[in-house]
Amino acid sequence: MKRDILDRLLAAKAAATPVALVTDLSSGLQTLVFEDTMHGAFGLEADVRDEVRRRIRQDRSGLLTDPQDEDGFRLFVHVHNPAMRLLIVGAVHIAQALAPVAALTGYDVTVIDPRGAFATEARFPGVKLNHLWPDEALAELKPDMRTAVVTLTHDPKLDDPALIAALRSPAFYVGALGSKRTHALRLDRLRDEGLTEPEVKRIRGPVGLSIGATTPAEIAISIMGQITCVRRGENHPC
Amino acid sequence: MNDTLMADNIVEQAAAWRAGGRRVALATVVATWGSSPRPVGSQMAVDEAGAMAGSVSGGCIEGAVAHEAAKTMKDGEPRLLSFGISNEMAWEVGLACGGQVQVYIEAVE
Repeated sequence: MKRDILDRLLAAKAAATPVALVTDLSSGLQTLVFEDTMHGAFGLEADVRDEVRRRIRQDRSGLLTDPQDEDGFRLFVHVHNPAMRLLIVGAVHIAQALAPVAALTGYDVTVIDPRGAFATEARFPGVKLNHLWPDEALAELKPDMRTAVVTLTHDPKLDDPALIAALRSPAFYVGALGSKRTHALRLDRLRDEGLTEPEVKRIRGPVGLSIGATTPAEIAISIMGQITCVRRGENHPC
Repeated sequence: MNDTLMADNIVEQAAAWRAGGRRVALATVVATWGSSPRPVGSQMAVDEAGAMAGSVSGGCIEGAVAHEAAKTMKDGEPRLLSFGISNEMAWEVGLACGGQVQVYIEAVE
């Protein structure tokens, strides 16, 4: 890999800019394809370029062969997308376990809690903290298709506004901590707030895979297992 | 926490080693068939002393890849390796992962 390509790739990753590194496996030459520009040792036909950008949006690395000439050029497209995000509402004990488990899984974690005594650096070393009210925090952080949102406060004043904002976003996972009874009451409140049945059905509640989790760390693992299952496990029950 | 456990930062590790003056090669899984343990795009960085970060299989072929990576560090030439790992072969060659995987190795300049 040429120095120039390496530097630009690292800069794009540091800036959380989606990019694909395209390698010609016959020659070793490489080109970077961004959403709006390209940079590197070779150009690409418009249709190939469009396909590479489609792969970026699909987050799908892999070989790309010329359909007209299967023995011709062989390109490898390596998609480098920004990390998936996890927004945790509630800087509670379970969040202290979930934040590092999620980070280990490769997620960019933010813990949201307006209560200053909970969301402290001492309780969450090295974790991004957001002290806004949850609906304002979500408006700022804009959950997208690569974002999971989990509410952990047990307090409707905090959880409900977060859930309403999350369910109206494209977040791929929305989970809420609470027993079956708590969850049923929560769904009633959200319906009263005007959320539709398909919207409230998106909530994973009680949150997490059913593995008998009891301690904060075990609950964190069950939540991260469920998020992973929703993301990856096409034919698995989550 | 070990940063290389977190997804997708092997390029950063390779660049850091290179910036420290070491010769470095980067191995990338470019294609898989069957039950290969690591997905396309998985990477492993290897330095001239044999230090490794990341992985391209479940531990089955890392040794062989590091061996080839040493050649790439010497001659600068990229290499495309194919590993077909049948269960019958597994005992003979000491590879037990199953599946097939193609790995591209390049020098980091």
